[in-house]
Amino acid sequence: MTGAFPSPYGGQLPVLRIGDVLLVTLQGDLHDGTAEQLQEDVSEAAADSRVKGVVIDLSGVEIVDSFLGRVLSDIAAKTRLLAAETVVAGMRPAVAITLVELGLTLPGLRTALSSDEAIRLLGEVSISPRHERTRQESP
Amino acid sequence: MQTAGGVSACLPIHSDLDLVWVRQHVRQAAAQLGFGLVAQTKLVTAASELARNTLVHGGGGQMECAPVSRGGGQGLRLSFSDEGPGIPDLDQALRDGYTSGEGLGMGLGGARRLVHEFHVDSRQGRGTTVTVTSWVSGPPRPREEQ
Ligand SMILES: Nc1ncnc2c1ncn2[C@@H]1O[C@H](COP(=O)(O)OP(=O)(O)OP(=O)(O)O)[C@@H](O)[C@H]1O
Ligand SMILES: [Mg+2]
Repeated sequence: MTGAFPSPYGGQLPVLRIGDVLLVTLQGDLHDGTAEQLQEDVSEAAADSRVKGVVIDLSGVEIVDSFLGRVLSDIAAKTRLLAAETVVAGMRPAVAITLVELGLTLPGLRTALSSDEAIRLLGEVSISPRHERTRQESP
Repeated sequence: MQTAGGVSACLPIHSDLDLVWVRQHVRQAAAQLGFGLVAQTKLVTAASELARNTLVHGGGGQMECAPVSRGGGQGLRLSFSDEGPGIPDLDQALRDGYTSGEGLGMGLGGARRLVHEFHVDSRQGRGTTVTVTSWVSGPPRPREEQ
């Protein structure tokens, strides 16, 4: 019936550590269970190690519904309790437009165009809270 | 354009894996009918919300997917049905932020904003059917306006 499609991702997502940032890349269509597992894994990894921020790369994700939206917000809330920040990177324009119409505001989440940008953003955040954001744009 | 699979289908909704199949079917059906990327994404997201409600609140059910045409316009109609408890107060259920469980309460009202036509048929103790339709080139205008 659905043989033409890649099978949905039902396994565990790797949480990578890059310096003091955790990076998770979501791809394709997630099971609800996988998304919930992700929430646990991220909070565990963030609690274990001194982490400045969490980057969730959504560039490979085709839809975000209220379930996944809630998972992302919950990750941000938990991460914040550990004094770290969550940045969602690479959200596709069609997904962003749909989220607004759906009415999801994703509280506590910052966004960046790519995970590179997100990591850079997090690097600047803790050194100097506000005004250095625009200073070091590399070509 | 692919012909395999087709647009018309009836898919079961009994597990979170079924939600994945529902999303994938709606995606490919919408693409096949010529919906643009944003329109596809809206339909798939609405379908995901409604199918999850069928699963979580309705205790499972099914989705029927069919192409429709009206006044020369092409569209896609999705119908989600269950035999669960029904929705006692529809206005309340549609309100943003209302949930009887622990969701965000954005699913039903949000899905309504993402489609062109939205209809709920619910009877207490008998079940719920939510039918939505979107049109490839926007909703067909009433004749007087043309
Ligand atoms: N198929 C259904 N059968 C019975 N009740 C339903 C059904 N669909 C929706 N409802 C009722 O309408 C309420 C609102 O639905 P809605 O999808 O907006 O929110 P939710 O499912 O509770 O949370 P969210 O979708 O944001 O995770 C539900 O809490 C439930 O009480
Ligand atoms: Mg819902």
